[in-house]
Amino acid sequence: MRIGVFICHCGSNIAGTVDVKKVAEEAKRFPHVVYSTDYMYTCSEPGQLEIQEAIKKEKLDGVVVASCSPRMHENTFRRTVEKAGLNRYMFEMANIREHVSWVGVDKEANTKKAIDLVRMAVAKVTLNQPLFPKSFKVNKNVLVIGGGVAGMQAALDCADGGLKVILVEKNPSIGGKMAKLDKTFPTIDCSICILGPKMVDVGQHENIKLYTYSEIEEISGYVGNYEVKIRKKATYVDWTKCTGCGLCMEKCPSKKAFDPFNEGIAPTTAINIPFPQAIPKKAKIDPNYCRQFIKGKCGVCAKICPVQAIDYEMQDEIVTEKVGAIIVATGYSLFDHTKIKEYGAGKYLDVITSIQYERLLNASGPTSGHILRPSDNKEPKTIVFVACVGSRDKSLGVPYCSNFCCMYIAKQAILTKDHIPDSQSYVFYMDIRAPGKGYEEFVRRAQEEYGVKYIRGRVSRIFKRGDKMVVRGSDTLLGTQVELEADLVVLATGAIAEEGARELAEKLRISYDPYGFYIESHPKLRPVETNTAGVFLAGACQGPKDIPASVGQGSAAASKVLSLFSKDLLESDPQIAHVNEMLCVDCKKCIQTCPYGAIEEKKTPMGKIVASVIETVCQGCGLCTATCPPGAIQLQQFTDNQLLAEVKAFFHA
Amino acid sequence: MSKLSFAYYPGCSLESSAKEYDVSTRKVADILKVELIEIPDWSCCGASPAHTVDHLFASAVAARNLAIVEEMGRDTLVTPCPECLSAFKKAIYNMSKDDGFKKKVNSLLDKPFNLNVEAKSFLQILYEDVGKENISKKVIKPLIGVNIVPYYGCLLTRPPDVAQFDDPENPISMDTILETIGANVPYFSYKLECCGAAYGVTKRRIVTKLSGDILKTAIESGADAVAVACPLCQQNLDLRQDQINRDQGFDFHIPILYITQLMGLSFGLSASELMIDKHNVKSDHFLEKIEKGLKEKEKSEKESISSKN
Repeated sequence: MRIGVFICHCGSNIAGTVDVKKVAEEAKRFPHVVYSTDYMYTCSEPGQLEIQEAIKKEKLDGVVVASCSPRMHENTFRRTVEKAGLNRYMFEMANIREHVSWVGVDKEANTKKAIDLVRMAVAKVTLNQPLFPKSFKVNKNVLVIGGGVAGMQAALDCADGGLKVILVEKNPSIGGKMAKLDKTFPTIDCSICILGPKMVDVGQHENIKLYTYSEIEEISGYVGNYEVKIRKKATYVDWTKCTGCGLCMEKCPSKKAFDPFNEGIAPTTAINIPFPQAIPKKAKIDPNYCRQFIKGKCGVCAKICPVQAIDYEMQDEIVTEKVGAIIVATGYSLFDHTKIKEYGAGKYLDVITSIQYERLLNASGPTSGHILRPSDNKEPKTIVFVACVGSRDKSLGVPYCSNFCCMYIAKQAILTKDHIPDSQSYVFYMDIRAPGKGYEEFVRRAQEEYGVKYIRGRVSRIFKRGDKMVVRGSDTLLGTQVELEADLVVLATGAIAEEGARELAEKLRISYDPYGFYIESHPKLRPVETNTAGVFLAGACQGPKDIPASVGQGSAAASKVLSLFSKDLLESDPQIAHVNEMLCVDCKKCIQTCPYGAIEEKKTPMGKIVASVIETVCQGCGLCTATCPPGAIQLQQFTDNQLLAEVKAFFHA
Repeated sequence: MSKLSFAYYPGCSLESSAKEYDVSTRKVADILKVELIEIPDWSCCGASPAHTVDHLFASAVAARNLAIVEEMGRDTLVTPCPECLSAFKKAIYNMSKDDGFKKKVNSLLDKPFNLNVEAKSFLQILYEDVGKENISKKVIKPLIGVNIVPYYGCLLTRPPDVAQFDDPENPISMDTILETIGANVPYFSYKLECCGAAYGVTKRRIVTKLSGDILKTAIESGADAVAVACPLCQQNLDLRQDQINRDQGFDFHIPILYITQLMGLSFGLSASELMIDKHNVKSDHFLEKIEKGLKEKEKSEKESISSKN
């Protein structure tokens, strides 16, 4: 064989702590190496051209690039060698950046390790075989998980582009967090007025199939051919009959049910339609509060319903859908302030969360938009907002900034003044983070036009004195302690990962960070892709973000799906398991081991029963190869021989 | 309940200014069948002066006592005083986190301390080991008709890593015991506020301001008395109450009683047995209120019995 080796400086990223010239010199002495050189940026156009010229001039049939992680540029270089006429799998990459130069400072030791890694890559590439991808047909339906504003935007863009969309939402209505908001910053436009029409579009779009009050049970398959099992949770109301008239809500005798839409600030009825603009506008029963379920008798709603839609016997139903791509837009949840004992642990009625306050401000909320504090329904005159409750707090396990709280605090303080002109609002903050378009000006307006008093400092304690809430904290600008007597305290609770985010990630085989937010393929260059082909991200499930950013990501994810589906056929990765039928003894161990069900039995023309890999199902994980007693099943591009060659090259140096 | 038995460390306060805390602790322990064996030849815990000078010295002074407990074959040191408790807990904490520190401490001691002893407050024993069921069994004169607020002070639950007891921001152990012995426990937002003890000598006005705020909030919440578990808290709220009144222009006369004294009352012990008369602020009115509450209860019980008949 004739192998070429290319050592990248990556500017000073690698060359700073690795003697790249020496690595290139050493590589010349390895078996089969006929060409070795170093270059400033191998991934640049001239760098790639140099590889292509060397392939032609030196008649190379294998290429090794020692540079960054294969996650970064393996595909780049595979395309490079392919354009010069080599099979794209006759290429190996040695990672001497993430694994060497970035993690070690000793130049001599780094250089030695880099040489070892290059020697191993050379040993492996000599055993590489040309591999050829197979083409398969793509199912052009797309699944969108989550019907908040990001998921809705993604669904609408895909549907407008002609794709069939399956939209799954776990709540009874789409709309997400945005549907609960009163106004939006920095324009103070009514949230539901701009979201409502979009919700109607989603509900009526001929290309969108809506599953609300449903959750993802199971996902199998691969890009272009996913199979999804969806659990339609029992609503105890036949939605094909329900007209959303609301008669059942009027007559339901159980009026103390927890209202998730109003964040528990006021109760609802056991059978309810979550809010007037709900899509679909259908009733559902909460069995935790329904007398029929608790006491076994009532039946008022069944009697009153004009279309006989009530069905107390309803069970969950599992439906299966086939899709080619998945957009995950599951959103976020809010920090549980009852964990903070010094703020009252949720015991004080007049210490509420921002989203609860949003419901008090909202005209369709429990107080019809009049700000009345929960304890005595009186109008509060002094309102204290506390920023960063469950954000930027290592002691609570949430070191990150929740992104949008500074802005909604300013908005709520402005709205408070609009609702109660003789009120005074105070904001305890750490830093004001207002980097969006028009955001800083908005916060300034709150301070200068609306007289909101901003106090830079943390709140150490909130307690009750008479009918007032005492907020004690520090003013770090004045360097003193402050104590305010408030009628109402609003805690700006931070964003945390949605409940169940980690479990869903396991089903989707995508990664998540320590806080449960999903990890994108590249933080700058692939912000809506995941490392699982065909799975894309939109909105706050990837990290806390406001409405404009969520909508932007929804559209971005949709455009990624549309470009993926612009081809009728996709190419499969040939780096999958392959059975040597001569060696197979039909012990079935691989069939039992395979987590994807990708191995079946077949009869050879000679009549022998052997294992056989279903190429489109195999994910190339390699578990079967470790299990196979005679070594008959091998992962192509990672065969036992290739891996052993690397080990030998390392130890026999 | 199997018999509970612990090594007992009274500490200096309980031999002098807080003698009544020691007396009431021993009496309550006796009634609850908790054996307290006084540590032979116990010495200073190092609490107030030592740790401001030298952490190694402070830990060594504490560890000397812990080593004796080890020698006694006991695994728990019990002390009613939170200052002592904190000194022991810090010594154990620092020695178990840092082997080098442990070696240094032990090099100063005749007998090494091998970390086989834990320190607990008597309150923790009452709350966790004895438990409210066993306490309630001994209550014969429930403190009906009085409002008592618990004041925990700073050391019992803090720092949380070291203290490992109750909730550092909202402790409820004393609340629970007070309710168990029949008292009404009103909402009290100052149960953890600083009493200013550290400035007792140097800046009196700070102490009278901070302690005064605690008393004011207690009275505003309707308290007839404040329950404490710390000699220093007791001293600042009780002994200084006249000072507070003078400095801050108040006219407070609210008794400050140890939790063990209040338990003793509910177990039928007399005020003099519990040395309640030793306090600066007299408890006469408070004790009368308890008696009155009991009589009213008896009366209403008799009435309900006769009406049934």
